[in-house]
Order: sequence, then C-alpha cells, then structure tokens
Amino acid sequence: MSHNKPGDHRSHHSHDDEHSPASTHDHNHDHDHSHLDVIAVRVRSLQSLLVAKGYIDPDALNALIDTYENQIGPRNGARVVAKAWHDPDFFIWLNADATAAIASLGFTGRQGEHMVAVANTPDTHNIVVCTLCSCYPWPVLGLPPSWYKSAPYRSRVVQDPASVLTEFGVTLPAETHITVWDSTAEVRYLVIPMRPAGTEGWSEEQLATLVTRDSMIGTGQALSPSQVALA
Amino acid sequence: MGGVAGFGPVSPDPDEPLFHEPWERDVLAITLAMGARGLWTLDESRFARESIPANDYLTIGYYRIWLQALEDLLSAKAVITKGELERFADEGTVSADRVRCPKPLLQAESVAPALAAGAPVDREPEGGAAKFQPGQRVRARHKESTAHTRLPAYVQSHCGEIVAVHGYHVFADAQAAGEGESPQWLYNVRFCAEKLWGESSARSVHIDCWEPYLEAVSDE
Repeated sequence: MSHNKPGDHRSHHSHDDEHSPASTHDHNHDHDHSHLDVIAVRVRSLQSLLVAKGYIDPDALNALIDTYENQIGPRNGARVVAKAWHDPDFFIWLNADATAAIASLGFTGRQGEHMVAVANTPDTHNIVVCTLCSCYPWPVLGLPPSWYKSAPYRSRVVQDPASVLTEFGVTLPAETHITVWDSTAEVRYLVIPMRPAGTEGWSEEQLATLVTRDSMIGTGQALSPSQVALA
Repeated sequence: MGGVAGFGPVSPDPDEPLFHEPWERDVLAITLAMGARGLWTLDESRFARESIPANDYLTIGYYRIWLQALEDLLSAKAVITKGELERFADEGTVSADRVRCPKPLLQAESVAPALAAGAPVDREPEGGAAKFQPGQRVRARHKESTAHTRLPAYVQSHCGEIVAVHGYHVFADAQAAGEGESPQWLYNVRFCAEKLWGESSARSVHIDCWEPYLEAVSDE
C-alpha cells in the first residue's frame, strides 16, 4: 500500500490539515488516502514492534486471519438452520441447548461460548443486535458486517425494527410481533428463520442454500426456492 | 446507543468485503493475539473501546476504534512505553523492557484449538440459588456511572419479566474494573417495547442482565 517511510506520511498529513481548510473533492480524496496510509504504517509498526519484543507470533496472526477469512462464516450457521429444518429432534435440542446442539456440528468457541437459538414463527419475528458494542455469534456467522456495528442499526433496531427492516427490503405482515434480542452479556443469539414453502423433501444440503446471513440475524428471511433458482 | 435518535438509515451493502483495508485484518489479528496473552480481559478491551471520545467513536470507523483501544491498553499495561513506537519506526530500536504475560505466546498451531475452545464465562454457582425465577417481575436499576456496565440506559428504571436464568456468569462490570470475575446470576429479561418507548414497532426487547442490575418488584 505504501513504500514511504512513516515520517513522510506524518508531515504530508499535517501539511494538509494546516494549510487546506477548504478542500476540493479531489483534495479530500488524496487526503483520505494519505490518512489511510498513515494508519497502515502505524499498524505495521505496531505489529513489527510487538513481534520484535516477543509478544506476538506473525505465523499466529496469519492463522487468525485465515480462520476468519476462509474458515468461519455464515455457511456454518446455514448448516445449523438447515439441520433444524430437516431434523425435528435437532430443532428441539437447538431450542433447549443451542450451545451443545451447535457444537455437535463442530461450531464452538470464541464469541459463541454460550448460544441461544430463537426461532421465527408465523406470529413472531426475531431480530438480534448489540446496542452496546458489536457482539455477534462468530462461530456460526463469522465476523459481523459493518451495518451491524453501525450507530444507525444499533440505535434504531430496539425501538423501530420495522423501519430498519424496510431498509433491508423486508416487510412483515402488520400483525407479526417483532422481538428484539440485545446481546448485552456473553450469550449470543442465532435466529432460526422460517422454512420457506415449497421445500418439502429437500435435503439438508439443498436447504442450506436458502439460508442467508441476514436471515440468521433477523434482518432478512430465508430465500425461496425460486430466488435460488434465479441466482 | 439503543434508542438514541439522529443517526439516519442503515446502509447494508450486500457486496461488502470482510475487510475494507488490509490493515484492518492485521488489527483484528494483533488484538486477538495480544488478548491471548492475558494482560487484559475482554471486558477491559470493551471498556477501552467505549472510552474513546464520542466524537471519534462515531466517526473513525470500527477497526480504528479497535486500533486505538489496543494502543491504549498496550500503553496502560506498559507493554509499549512512551515514545517507543516512534523510536522503533524511525531508528529500529527496541527497548529491553518486557512485561510478564500471564499466558504464553499464541503460536500458529494453537490458534485453531484456542478459538475452538473460546473462553466460557459460566462458573460453578456459589452463595446460594438465583434470586429471581422465570415469570417474576423485576426492575432494571438506575445506574449513574462512567464505569463499564452492560446495562443499557434505555431499560434503566423500567420493569420487565424474567424469561430465563442463563447461569452463573463472570460479571462484566467487575471484570472491566480489574476486580476479578465476581460471577453473578445472569438472566434474560423481557421488556415491553411500548413501555420503553411509548410507541414502537417492536413487541418486546430482551436484555441479558446480571443480578446486581435488577431489583424485585412487588406484585400489585
């Protein structure tokens, strides 16, 4: 991203700040990039220093990044939901002890140590938030999207989830009760969306293709068979 | 920030990348790898993030909040001393000072088992049974405090109903203050959205509350 020394960026940055109060759009663009370069250099310096002092291992950093980029994501949660749709005993287990039921599929650990599953019904739609920070069930959904961590979502979904849902293109029947789950402790919530119509006889693998990340947060619904066929 | 007005619409981006800049993934990884050393708890790092001045917190972006909090913790725990990062960047010098970490270096082969194990916070109950039972009415206390708490302002002084007893969990408020785990009973409490907000498109809002957040309400 940058081949310059940190000092070059610092002086460039302060020059922009001090002498260009009325920025053009192009100027702002330059400014943003130099600013990001400053942060990139700052992070690299911090990482190198911590490695040099023996606090962290660079191979472990790569393994951590690989885990969340390539191994853990919403496909895990989709397998949980598909199994819950397919296997009534698993659905009962998931509602009674989600941590154990989800662990039986191999999804455990950090930010999913204590799981609760909340199942949508024709009468009730569940939606999950962390108003205090960004708590999210990592083992089943991976890292949260930006909007989940944003002030608009965190502030509004506890008060007016219906209008937030419209921003996701979701409109529920007026009589549907919306239940909001604010993740204030170390319990993490996974929404089990309703099984779409027209999926009788489908295998777990087929069903999993209908389960979106947002449907497991509650800002979406599972896809219909025709939506998948179109994709 | 539950219930605070004025932040505008939510802007979901279906094609959003997992990280927007390469350094964001590094911040995540460094934070997790340093967290594994046991110099601070998860609640301390949450407190460090929410202690960032509100103006910055709302504008600098998620992983810059993480970066700032990480730098603040490294400084507070004397892992990195004043001016050391600048000297390292400019001259490549590293001080001989080392802080003793409670936990060993996280190595690559330990990453998968460490993440899969996580850090459960449920503890063996001591000091008696849970004070509240499902179905019972409770009131969320009013807490004027600048310290870390996980009791959202928007439920404070409101009445709700115990829905579930999750167990006996490490108490975030105590742990963030460096006072140890001090586990407490943890409950799920249902609040009527209309009572919280006056008008709401939600039917109910559920919050996880440790016992010290709650007081009994006498049935009338």
